[in-house]
Amino acid sequence: MSTVTAPVTTDHGHAPAVNPHPVLTFLSTYVFSKDHKVIGLQFLFSTLVWFLIGGLLALAVRWQVAWPWSDVPVLGKLFAQEGGQMSPEFYTMLFTMHATVMVFLVIIPILAGAFGNFLIPLMIGADDMAFPTLNMLSYWFMWPAFITFGASFFVEGGAAAGGWTSYPTLSTNVNASPGSGMGQTLWLLGLTFVGVSSMLGSVNYMTTIILMRAPGMTMFRLPMTIWAMFITAILQAFALPVLTAVGFMQLADRLFATGFFSPEGNIINNAVAGPGGGQPLLWQHLFWFYSHPAVYIMILPAMGMVSDILTCFARKPLFGYRPMVYSIAGIAGLGFIVWGHHMFMSGMNPALGITFMVSTMMIALPSAVKTFNWLGTVWGGKIEFTASMLFALSFVSMFIIGGLSGIFMAATPVDIFIHDTYFIVAHFHYVLFASTAMGVWAAIYFWFPKMFGRTMNEFWGKTHFFLTFIFLNGTFFTMHILGAVGFPRRLADAYHYETFHHLQPMNAFMTWCAIGMVGSQIIFAVNFFWSMFYGPVAGRNPWNANGLEWTAPSPPGHGNFDYQPVVYRGPYEYSPPGMDTDHLMQTDPPNPASDAAAKETHSQQRAKEVHRPKAPGGR
Amino acid sequence: MKRLGGMFWAFLFLAVPILGVATFAVAPSINVWLPKDISEHGSQIDSLFYFILVLTGVVFVATELVLFWSMWKYDAAARGDEKATYIHGSHTLEVVWTIIPAVVLLFLAIYQMNTWANVKMRRPDMPPTVEVVGRQFEWRLRYPGRDGLLGTPDDIHIVNDLCLPVDEDVLVQLKSMDVLHSFFLPNLRIKQDAVPGMKIPVWFKGTETGSTDIVCAELCGWGHYKMKGRVTFLTRPEFDAWLARMEAKQEATHEEVASR
Repeated sequence: MSTVTAPVTTDHGHAPAVNPHPVLTFLSTYVFSKDHKVIGLQFLFSTLVWFLIGGLLALAVRWQVAWPWSDVPVLGKLFAQEGGQMSPEFYTMLFTMHATVMVFLVIIPILAGAFGNFLIPLMIGADDMAFPTLNMLSYWFMWPAFITFGASFFVEGGAAAGGWTSYPTLSTNVNASPGSGMGQTLWLLGLTFVGVSSMLGSVNYMTTIILMRAPGMTMFRLPMTIWAMFITAILQAFALPVLTAVGFMQLADRLFATGFFSPEGNIINNAVAGPGGGQPLLWQHLFWFYSHPAVYIMILPAMGMVSDILTCFARKPLFGYRPMVYSIAGIAGLGFIVWGHHMFMSGMNPALGITFMVSTMMIALPSAVKTFNWLGTVWGGKIEFTASMLFALSFVSMFIIGGLSGIFMAATPVDIFIHDTYFIVAHFHYVLFASTAMGVWAAIYFWFPKMFGRTMNEFWGKTHFFLTFIFLNGTFFTMHILGAVGFPRRLADAYHYETFHHLQPMNAFMTWCAIGMVGSQIIFAVNFFWSMFYGPVAGRNPWNANGLEWTAPSPPGHGNFDYQPVVYRGPYEYSPPGMDTDHLMQTDPPNPASDAAAKETHSQQRAKEVHRPKAPGGR
Repeated sequence: MKRLGGMFWAFLFLAVPILGVATFAVAPSINVWLPKDISEHGSQIDSLFYFILVLTGVVFVATELVLFWSMWKYDAAARGDEKATYIHGSHTLEVVWTIIPAVVLLFLAIYQMNTWANVKMRRPDMPPTVEVVGRQFEWRLRYPGRDGLLGTPDDIHIVNDLCLPVDEDVLVQLKSMDVLHSFFLPNLRIKQDAVPGMKIPVWFKGTETGSTDIVCAELCGWGHYKMKGRVTFLTRPEFDAWLARMEAKQEATHEEVASR
C-alpha cells in the first residue's frame, strides 16, 4: 500500500485496481483483526467498559467511607451479606480492585492500546503497524487478564484484597486474610497477562515509529503524541520485565512457600508463616521500580495528545517543541530513579530517603517546563472552545494541582505526616483522573471523527465537560484538606478515632460529588453511541488540523492513506503569516510565498535573541 | 453571543484558583486542618508544610491566572479576523523557566534534610523506652521491667494502651509480628511502617500530658480500620506509678495462675 502513488482511489482509501485485498471475513475484519485501527477500537471499547466497572467500584468505596456500615443500594443486594451492609473485607477488596481495574485495565491500555494503536500509523504516515499479528495478540492477551480479574470477584473469599500494591506479607500469606486464596493468585496471573500485552504493544510501537515513518517525517517533525507514545513504549519495555519477574516471585511465595518476601519467625494468625529468609521490602523496591515508571506510562501519552489538541484549537504552533520533547525524555529518564519516594516510611534506610527526595524534586522540573510551554502555547492563540479543547485546557489546569501537590509528598519530613493519608489520594487522582482521564476525553472528542467518520455532539460534549469538571473538583480537591488532618486511606471506618470523628459530613459531600461525577458519564455514553450512528458526517479534516491522520478518509480504510503521504514540515504550522489559510498541513507542498513570509518572521525573532544563533523550536 | 461562551469557560477556570485558595483558607476554621501538635519536632514539620503550601500556592495561583487570562483574552470570538501569533518558542523563556524552578526545587530538597535527619536519622543514644509490636489488629506493647532490659522475664506486657513520660526523649523499638503495619501518631507527626523481620527505632518527645490516637496507616488486612491504640503522656512520677501498677497487676495474674 505504501508504494502506491496513484491518486485515483475509492472513498475508503482503497486502491483496488493496484493492490487488491484478500477477502476478509467478518471474524478477520472485526474480531481477530490485524488492522491497527480495529485493534485500537477494540482496546477503546474494552477499556471503556472497564472504566464503568472501575467507576462503580469507586462509588461503592465512597459509599462506605461516607456512611459506614449502612445498607448499600443495589450492590448490597448483589453481594448480599450481613443484610446489605458491607463487610470490612469486602470494602478492602473494593478499593484494591478499583485501583487494579483503573490502572491495569483502563488507563494503561486506553492510552497505549487504544490511542497508541489507532494513532501511531496514521500520524506517522504508515499503512499499519510493523507487526500486525503481534498487535492482534497484544489485544487478545488482555482477555485472559479480563477473565482472571473478572472471575476473581466470584471465587471463594472474593477478589484480591491486599491493595493494588499487593505488599507482602499480607499478600503472600493465605492466613493473613482468612478466606482469601484464589483471589490474590488470580490477581497475579491477570497482572502477568496485562504485562505480556503491554510488552507486545511496546516493541511494536518502537519498531513502527523508528522504521515506518513517511518520507520527510523526521523524528523532530513527529507530533508530540507520537513522541510520548515512543518514550512510553521504551519505559514499558525496560520496566515491565521487573514487574513480571517479581509477580512470579510472589506467585511462588503463595503457591510453593518459597519465602522470597517472608522473614524468619513470622507468625501470622497464630501460625508460623513459611520458611523465612526473605524481605518484605524487596517486593516494594521491585514493584515500585516498575510502578513508578508506570505512573509516567499513565500520563505521558495524555500529555502528548493534549499538546496536539491545544495547538489545533489555539491555532498556534506548539511553544517550545524541542523542550517539550526533551522534557518527556527527562521525565522518562528520571522516572527510573525515583521509585523510593513511595517508601519513605517503609523502613528503608533513611539516608536513601534523602537521595530519592532530591531525584523526586528534580523530576518536578520537566513537568514544570511542560506546563509553562502549554501556557505559552495558548497565550496569544485564537482559542476555539470546543468540547475537546475544554478537556485539554482542564488537563493543564488540573495537572498544575496534581503536580504541585506532589511536592508535599516529595519533601520527606512533610511526608511523615501525610504519607498514606487522603493527601496522596488527592494527588494521584488529580494526576490520573483529573489529568489523564480528562486528556483521554479530549482525545476521544478530537479523534472521534477519524474513528467513526462522524463528530460528537458539541453541546452535550460541553455539558459533559462542565459537570465532570465541577464534580471532580468537589470530590478530589476536598481530599487535600482531609489529608491535612491526617485522615488515613483504606480505612473502612475512621470515625471512631478522636482525630477523625468529625469528618463524616465532609466525606458525605465528597461522595455526593462522586455520584454526580459517575452520573455525568451517562451523557458521555449516550453522546458517544448516538454520534457513532447519527452524528453529523465529518469530512477528512473537521478541525482544520495539520497532522497526517487528517489527510486520510474518515474513517480510514484498510491501508489508511490514498497514496503515500510525503511530509514537508512539522505538525504545528498554525496561522502561518502571509497566507489566507490558518494552517499548513504536514503534507501541503512547500509554497514559495508562505515560505518567504515564514522565514521573514523567523529571522525577526532571531534578531531579537542575538545571543542565540538558531531559532528555537523545530519547524 | 459566541463571546459569552468563551467568557463563561474562562470564568469556570478562574474559579479553580479562587475556590482552591478559599478551601485552604476556610479549612482551619472548620477544624479540617492539621491536628494539634504535642511533640517537640512537630513544629518543624508543620512549618515545612506551610512553607511548601505558600510556595506551591503562589505558583498555583499564578499559573492558573495565566491560563484564565489566555482563555479570556485570546478567545477566537473576541479576536475577529486577527490571526494567532506565529511563534515557535523562546530560548530565553525556556532558560528562565528551567533554571528558576530547578534552583527552587533543589533548595527545597536541601531545606528539608535537617528535619528529616532529626526525626529519622539522629537516633538518641539510649535504651528503648518501650517495644511496640504490630499484630493483626492490635498494638502489643512491652516495657522493660526493673532490670531496664527488654526481652527478660520481668518485662511488662500491655495491649494498645501506650503510656509515656512527657517532656522526655522516648525511644520506641518498632516491630511487626505478621504483616506490614504503620505506627501513626497524628498529634506527634510520627509515622513509621512496622516491617516483619526488622527492628526499627522511632523517637520523639511529647510536650503535653493527655492522650491521643494511635492509628495503623498501612493496610494490614480486613480489620485494618480497627487497629486502634491510645498514647497517653504522663508526668514522670505519674508514669512511674502507672508502670508500677501495671507490673503489680501482671504479678498478681501470674500468682493467680501459678497457684491454680
